[in-house]
Amino acid sequence: MNLLINPLKSVLIAALVSAPMVALAETPEEKGMAISVESKKRDLGWQDMQAEMNMVLRNKQGQESIREIRMKSLEINGDGDKSLSVFDKPRDVKGTAFLSFSHPVGADDQWLYLPALKRVKRIASRNKSGPFMGSEFAYEDLSSFEVEKYTYKYLRDDACEGGTCFVVEQYPVDKNSGYTRRLVWLDQSEYRIWKIDFFDRKNSPLKTLTYHDYQQYLGKHWRSDLMKMVNHQTGKSTDLSWKSYQFKTGLSDKDFNKNSLKRAR
Amino acid sequence: MRKPSTLFKTGLTAGLLAALPVQAETYFEASGKVAAELRGFTQDAQFSGQDHDSNLSFYVEPEFFWEWNDGDDSLTFTPYLRVDENDSERTHADIRELSWVHVGEDWELRTGIRKVFWGVTEFQHLVDVINQTDGVDDFDGEDKLGQPMVNLSLVRDWGIVDLFLLPGFRERTFTGTEGRLRGGLVVDTDSAEYESSAEEKHLDTAIRWSHTLGDFDLGAYWFHGTNRDPELSVRTQSGNTVLVPRYVQMDQLGFDLQATLDSWLWKVETIWRDTEKEEYFAAQAGFEYTFYGIQDSNADLGVLLEYGWDERGEDASSNVQNDLFFGGRITLNDASSTELLAGIGHDLDFDGQSLIVEASRRYGDNWKVSIDGRFFSADDPRDLASALDKDDHLQFTIERYF
Repeated sequence: MNLLINPLKSVLIAALVSAPMVALAETPEEKGMAISVESKKRDLGWQDMQAEMNMVLRNKQGQESIREIRMKSLEINGDGDKSLSVFDKPRDVKGTAFLSFSHPVGADDQWLYLPALKRVKRIASRNKSGPFMGSEFAYEDLSSFEVEKYTYKYLRDDACEGGTCFVVEQYPVDKNSGYTRRLVWLDQSEYRIWKIDFFDRKNSPLKTLTYHDYQQYLGKHWRSDLMKMVNHQTGKSTDLSWKSYQFKTGLSDKDFNKNSLKRAR
Repeated sequence: MRKPSTLFKTGLTAGLLAALPVQAETYFEASGKVAAELRGFTQDAQFSGQDHDSNLSFYVEPEFFWEWNDGDDSLTFTPYLRVDENDSERTHADIRELSWVHVGEDWELRTGIRKVFWGVTEFQHLVDVINQTDGVDDFDGEDKLGQPMVNLSLVRDWGIVDLFLLPGFRERTFTGTEGRLRGGLVVDTDSAEYESSAEEKHLDTAIRWSHTLGDFDLGAYWFHGTNRDPELSVRTQSGNTVLVPRYVQMDQLGFDLQATLDSWLWKVETIWRDTEKEEYFAAQAGFEYTFYGIQDSNADLGVLLEYGWDERGEDASSNVQNDLFFGGRITLNDASSTELLAGIGHDLDFDGQSLIVEASRRYGDNWKVSIDGRFFSADDPRDLASALDKDDHLQFTIERYF
């Protein structure tokens, strides 16, 4: 507790003074939850976002494979985000597009557009634990963070690249998740994630994701330019870099329907 | 390729001129693929003229794309050319797409030659009616010819409504005398006949509503115009016995539904077709279930079962009238997108079977290789598939994307 820094500390002191019983009663579970709620709250209000993703997949031998994806997302109050992704590379899947309406609890709604057949296909979204485009990122690693998706337990404070971090353990609520738990490092000043350790269904260490080169947009929203995922069990890794971030460009629901999916390219 | 009607051409020209970029903010992109395809047949041919056991074929499909007005206007041009070693009919060119799309607030206008897909099932595409089948490209009916159209699409809270004007009918392509994978008689495409006096200039129309309600995606439509499936009648022309295609007028109502429930996809397609001499129902229905992460790996296994039915029974002009389909799809979800697909069709009336196996993976960033095996067993001469009985083959395809 004594490692807690400024804003939270003063809040806690105030709380201790005014309502000592409540503050003292905060369990590690409640604290873990409070940290995640705060982290989500600090990023609210981005409205809509566009960015380009570049993935470099590396196998154990160091062979590389490239993925290029353009992405648009829309913030939905009271529900999960909507997103539309278009694949540019590899070239055999160029023009393939993916529309997703995510929900904090329950299955997401997902459609895939196959340009060669001009076919829109509703797909089952149960496959959260599957690899995204053959990379070390699972679908669930790329979906929007919603507080309801996990239960929490605050573990300790720890030094991290962003200063001092809370270390919070997160337990997926969804039984289809590929993880028993995630260990997450969030810095105490801005509540940005710096590192996640993933544990597989047998609770063995599976992957580590680290976040690099944070940039702040519109004076509020922090986004990492580079995310590195390493799979400890296979020796494979994926670097996911982001560029051309744009916020509040005026996207709306009409940019996220089956018609916009078909012409996404 | 037949020319689109003058009305249509004038409309397209006027539309394009009105929408042509005024500012220099035009985005251009060229992409596409070239491919070589080798078929090896395991048996000697059934019919005269088909004197080859292997066949080499090349095709190219570039795509040119322009976008302006911040993406509210775009033009796509996709020509297609195939050159075939043996079948002169299979050597052919087509414009798969030459279309201008304008996007409004809650509507889209799509004008030009395009392809439209409707439906949800995998083994037969019953409700998919807008485009003509490019029958020479492959025998599975999945390849389509570009269709001239004006398509207004309206987005409403209660669904998407698509209105179609379809000027300029495309005749189906058929395998020529030298080609394998055809019936005993060759179709004389130069002698095509029509019920309508407007012939291929008949203006077809269609209206379709589609919507998503929770776990359900559904669509319904009415099509009025030229039946894409020709009636084939035997005729003797200058000493040769051939099949002559006749295209009649039809009204067709179609309905398709998919329920996406956890790992299950439940699918139904049904049509009611009314022509000058018959009216009938047909349906295709089934499910797809996926086992994710089999054996603690990243691989998924999908299992498919579908049944196809046609009210006309054994007299049906369609290949599917009382047929059961079973399929399996293994997706490795690896970096090279390795996939294996197998499907078995069983005709419950004629006791014929077909087996199709497809395997594909990517090599490097721009190459894709696939191996397909197609095997037929259809001994009943009344079974339309019996013509393919000796056409078992392996097909090796290598595609280069650019």
